[in-house]
Amino acid sequence: MYVINPYIASDMQEALMSHPPCTDQEELLGQKPTAADIEISRRSFVTAAGVLGAGVATGIPHMVAAQRAHQVAEAVPQTSAISLKINGKAHELTLDTRTTLLDALREHLGLTGSKKGCDHGQCGACTVILDGRRVNSCLTLAAAAEGAEITTIEGLAQSETLHPVQAAFLEHDGFQCGYCTPGQICSAVALLEENRHGDLSAVSWQTGQTDNPQLTDNEIRERMSGNICRCAAYPNIVAAVRAAAQGARA
Amino acid sequence: MNPFHYQRPSAPDEAIHALSATRGAKFLGGGTNLVDLMKSGVEHPTTLVDVNHLNFNQITSDANGITTIGAGVRNSDLANHEIIRKQYPLLSQAVLNGASAQLRNMATTGGNLLQRTRCYYFIDTAFSECNKRTPGSGCAAIKGFNRIHAILGGSVNCIATNPSDMSVALAALGATIHVQGPRGKRTIPISEFHLLPGSTPHIETSLKPDELITAVQLPEPKFSKHSYYLKVRDRQSYAFALVSVAAGLELDGQIIQSAGLALGGVAPKPWRSAEAEKLLTGATANAEVFRKTADIALAGARTYEHNAFKIELAKQSIVRALTLAAQGVQA
Repeated sequence: MYVINPYIASDMQEALMSHPPCTDQEELLGQKPTAADIEISRRSFVTAAGVLGAGVATGIPHMVAAQRAHQVAEAVPQTSAISLKINGKAHELTLDTRTTLLDALREHLGLTGSKKGCDHGQCGACTVILDGRRVNSCLTLAAAAEGAEITTIEGLAQSETLHPVQAAFLEHDGFQCGYCTPGQICSAVALLEENRHGDLSAVSWQTGQTDNPQLTDNEIRERMSGNICRCAAYPNIVAAVRAAAQGARA
Repeated sequence: MNPFHYQRPSAPDEAIHALSATRGAKFLGGGTNLVDLMKSGVEHPTTLVDVNHLNFNQITSDANGITTIGAGVRNSDLANHEIIRKQYPLLSQAVLNGASAQLRNMATTGGNLLQRTRCYYFIDTAFSECNKRTPGSGCAAIKGFNRIHAILGGSVNCIATNPSDMSVALAALGATIHVQGPRGKRTIPISEFHLLPGSTPHIETSLKPDELITAVQLPEPKFSKHSYYLKVRDRQSYAFALVSVAAGLELDGQIIQSAGLALGGVAPKPWRSAEAEKLLTGATANAEVFRKTADIALAGARTYEHNAFKIELAKQSIVRALTLAAQGVQA
């Protein structure tokens, strides 16, 4: 028999905490899970600990059943009321806590400029600027973004006047299908700001240009590597960013 | 993604209490790894305790030259901080070799230490066998496609690698992790922070489930003039390491006074080789010594069907990183 005690059986506890055995599955059948199910009963803990104990004896604890039961117990959507500041305007929303910033923008605020590519932080199509820094909005929870100043592609132009980076992308034909373009542009806008601060990249260390590095094409490629373009408009994207950087320095 | 509660505490004690009060709760840092794994159904916390508002975002140095990095410091701020650039360029280089600018703006120092493996069998729940995800289910990688997997420190239960670049530099620099939990504060040397899989691959660190990483401390800088982080990967940028090497040398002329050497991409934890560091200490910095160092560092390597190339790749990477470190840092 195992006992919950923060001072003993630390290995056991870690195993339990990383795969919390809430209850056995039989107990859950025909029962609607509620938020109260988060709380573990002593009986269910002992049952699960028995499963774990048997597993430990054979080398690895087998906790598939306990893990699945745990997932079932948590099937109650949670909502929270949040305020998001986007492109200078505050929006009051009540959202499921699972809502990402990207989904809040696209599905709840009609700001569909930010694109969903991979939805796993790998392609950069969802890039927005949060408190002056470029981030992947698909991996940012909307609730966690509360209080931040968010700029999306819709917020870059001044009424009819394009942002210089937008103008440079047009001038240099920095796209083909255009799907990745809002992310590319938001990323490039933040890149220029990072460069103004003298931020380094991996290329800066390789070339030894660690004091206010110039935006060479290699630097631009490295710094834009978080934005994938499946049309491979890369040469024109680099040209657009280079031109925008030169314009910004002029 | 499973439903969860969201909490945003403003003090460490509050955060620790919130976590220990709720079974299945997890801390949320930058979310670059956790939110991704929640979408994949690998992680399913009942509550997210957002630790981004605890004022853990400072980097400071004391009179003894010891530097303390708050756990909430973003990767991009870490890499660009004046103290880190000048005194620990190895760490700046390693961090800038990881992920993308967007992800580095989000990812925290504490979260990076807890980054989970990129083993495809772990990330994709369509594979039923993964001892890390479902203890006791088996390891699909050992008999599967294991090109990216470990050649050092693996076990019959798991050969997944630790994906962090930052942690490899921290291992070479001999960092200490500061943590706080319901039972108080304690420190963990980085060498004891990440655990080898053995028979419990699902237990990845010595951090207790109710403990919060508060800071990372770096010892007095010894390698500021001679260090190099070399990362070898399938793409030139924005890819995980096949092999990486963090090399730091303290030189008196050509004689090595002390050395820090750690490998990434080859083991379940940042792989610091004490034997290799011992061989380097007191030796002359030259190609022959570096090759011997590489042989010793890889002496215990064991390969699988698709990753045998990693042994020679790692050896040549060690020689190159040490050679470039000896040549000196331009900063």
